[in-house]
Amino acid sequence: MPNTKQPAVLLLEDGHVFYGFSFGQKGTTSGEICFNTGMTGYQEVFTDPSYTGQVLIMNKVHIGNYGVKNSDVESNSVKIRGLIGRNLEEQYSRIQANGSLQEYLVANNIIAIEDVDTRALVAHIRTKGAMNCIISSEILDIEVLKKELAKCPNMDGLDLASEVSTTKEYELGDVNAALRVAVLDFGVKRNILNCLVERGAYVRVHPASTSLARLKEFNANGYFISNGPGDPAALPYAVETVKGLLNENKPVFGICLGHQLLALANGIPTFKMHHGHRGLNHPVKNIITGQCEITTQNHGFGVDPEAVRNHPNVEVTHVNLNDESIEGIRLKDKPAFSVQYHPESTPGPHDSRYLFDNFVAMMNKN
Amino acid sequence: MPKDNSIKTVLIIGSGPIIIGQACEFDYSGSQAARSLREEGIKVILINSNPATIMTDPMMADKVYLLPLTVESIEQILEENQIDAVLPTMGGQTALNLCKEADELGVWEKYNCRLIGVDVAAIDTAEDREKFRQLMMKIGIKVAPSHVANSFLEGKEFAQQIGFPLVIRPSFTLGGTGGGFVHGKDDLDAALERGLKASPIHEVLVEKAVLGWKEYELELLRDKNDNVVIICTVENLDPMGVHTGDSITVAPAMTLSDTAFQEMRNQAMLMMRSLGNFAGGCNVQFALNPENEDIIAVEINPRVSRSSALASKATGYPIAKIAAKLAIGYSLDELKNQITKTTSAYFEPALDYVIVKVPRWNFDKFKGANDTLGLQMKSVGEVMAIGRSFTEAIQKACQSLENEAVGLGYYGKSLMKSEEIVEYIKTPKWDRIFRIKDALMQGVTVKTIAQATGIDRWFLYQIQLICTIEKQLAAYSIDTLPLDLLKEAKKNGFSDEQIARILHGDCTDEQVYEKRKAAGITRVYKMVDTCSAEFEAKTPYFYSSFEN
Repeated sequence: MPNTKQPAVLLLEDGHVFYGFSFGQKGTTSGEICFNTGMTGYQEVFTDPSYTGQVLIMNKVHIGNYGVKNSDVESNSVKIRGLIGRNLEEQYSRIQANGSLQEYLVANNIIAIEDVDTRALVAHIRTKGAMNCIISSEILDIEVLKKELAKCPNMDGLDLASEVSTTKEYELGDVNAALRVAVLDFGVKRNILNCLVERGAYVRVHPASTSLARLKEFNANGYFISNGPGDPAALPYAVETVKGLLNENKPVFGICLGHQLLALANGIPTFKMHHGHRGLNHPVKNIITGQCEITTQNHGFGVDPEAVRNHPNVEVTHVNLNDESIEGIRLKDKPAFSVQYHPESTPGPHDSRYLFDNFVAMMNKN
Repeated sequence: MPKDNSIKTVLIIGSGPIIIGQACEFDYSGSQAARSLREEGIKVILINSNPATIMTDPMMADKVYLLPLTVESIEQILEENQIDAVLPTMGGQTALNLCKEADELGVWEKYNCRLIGVDVAAIDTAEDREKFRQLMMKIGIKVAPSHVANSFLEGKEFAQQIGFPLVIRPSFTLGGTGGGFVHGKDDLDAALERGLKASPIHEVLVEKAVLGWKEYELELLRDKNDNVVIICTVENLDPMGVHTGDSITVAPAMTLSDTAFQEMRNQAMLMMRSLGNFAGGCNVQFALNPENEDIIAVEINPRVSRSSALASKATGYPIAKIAAKLAIGYSLDELKNQITKTTSAYFEPALDYVIVKVPRWNFDKFKGANDTLGLQMKSVGEVMAIGRSFTEAIQKACQSLENEAVGLGYYGKSLMKSEEIVEYIKTPKWDRIFRIKDALMQGVTVKTIAQATGIDRWFLYQIQLICTIEKQLAAYSIDTLPLDLLKEAKKNGFSDEQIARILHGDCTDEQVYEKRKAAGITRVYKMVDTCSAEFEAKTPYFYSSFEN
């Protein structure tokens, strides 16, 4: 209702201003703006640690319709820095839900703005590229907001992974399982761990900064390098760890940031993309099998395609059918592979779950 | 591997007369397919008994036969032309049935004509409720408990086993003809008799009715390499019990969690892949129990259907056009998205708007017809509206119905008291959506209406928002109306005329228009681009909306 809604404003780094109304927590928040085109699974997206530091636009025009459910999460808290929507819904209908989006955002201290012309905003970001932004329901003076926005650090060169990595080791699955997987955690999504445990693995999750020696102590059959937020090039310590892991000659599987780290460990540089890939409909072709898969994606950095294709020891396994970017690689001389997209796909299509089966098969064979 | 170059001439079978349950959507798909094939240098020959169609325009095909849709006509065409392949999936059930009949008589084989985009065994399985049920059980997909009956006595026996309410579904009929719900013993005999009579093979399915479950439809495309994509997910506002053609439908799905949606997506893909081997379009319907999110498969149509035309317009993805290309051997990853021209046709459209389809009935022209909606489709047309919110889209749809409605309301005085309305809306009729709004205006709760209709509460909350705005508007005259309220009303789909009628005092739609124009509250135009603005679009189409 117009007379009860509190105005809010969104300011972009390039000076563009969008007006709307406050939703969720009142206040001011800033971060790098990005958009997600997915039409289901907003709660899983909000709790995905790879979104740390991001202010997220949801392109779908109604968000919150089915409320929130305690089990539909990818981590133990909301990770997005802020939320932008056209219609954010207080009312929901799902019987299984535990509460509304509004309550959830307030409880998680997330500042959101709704009634924004998200389509115009997305088209702007698509053209101008990723940039920082600030949302506020308390500072409506643009000049003051500009000063606040200037304090927000640039995503380039930012190590955000160490913020969301576990601080303590923990285990999942059956301790007597035949397979043991050591996970290097940069902000791992819950369903990645589920996918490993479901396939009979006993998993230990290690903090991002864990030493190679400590990882080896777990006596793992394979190593998993997780997804995570921020710039992969800002994690030289992790690149060193991955180099060390590769010398073990055990199966290594990387997803998203893990894929970028595997590339960096082989001397392939990464780069910041114009505006990233985020959604549930990204077409990928497996060029080994010829089959195609619809994938979940969430990345703002990519691996350098030239460097991959010219690398004598790295083979491209998956490509993006829209922009031909590198979606998957494997090493020719070691049982190591990785994908840029999210085969655990929560939310998203389950087309790529076979990659976990492949990893398990590699460990069984090794 | 690109297209199959041995196909030089293709026969497309049209859908024949426009009847209730099968309207111009097949003209749309047939025309798209003809254009798509000719683009590839393929000669297109078309048969349709209905000359009042776009597809039979001389410019659409290389040769058009206006002949009855019979095997004799097909033989005549095959005699007169060297035809390499027949594409029967563009003309609905009529075309498929004709194709099957010709197949059984060995006609295609005799003239060395291949069937493309279809698998006859797949049609058989999809249309024969018992074969469908057996296949679903084999691949582990849940369906409603049912039995096939070939006689009246068998039917009665099964009905007793299954219990009421139940559905009688005749095999091999169009648009649900002859089918119906049976709520108790008293209606059973008549329903069984009607169903058996309607079926060309004197067969009905007696099935447990999942009344009140939510209903969804998925539109799929598959290529010869078994790549499958979901083009669109449509949610029926009306729960199970109302024919999809008579339901108000919404795209994308509004109340589905990702968990429930992915389960549906997996099942739909498994169903399509288990159902023969054909490249083309397919539609799968599901029912979801809101209590526990259990889903059951309702039916699968291994062809371009009524809903594919809607899904094409709703997403911008030309299903029939691409399906025709898949039928001649292309794979999805070899084709481009027809809207962006730069990205792949192998993808799933993302929508940043809401589509609402509202059927249009003509009961006043069919005096004495039973106007209760059920298994048999009764609408004679439909409107589709696009908005940046559900409220905007449904109001636009109602404004387009060409009846007395002005948005989601009639603005005459409702004669019914709340209790009467709540009773009235328990039975689905053409005017239910308007009566629901009347009930909400009178203060009936969302909970009560949800219980009476089985309609998901989220939609009712949205209609309640329309009511709230209407009540706020009613407190003002054109001179006192605050601009932010006017803007809010426009964003929620209120037309100028609707606002004029709601405001108190004399006021015309021109006055509302002048007022908002002076305040800069004017339409903006947005694109249907298949991708939620992620990529630049080369051939999009536009809809209007209001934004901040």
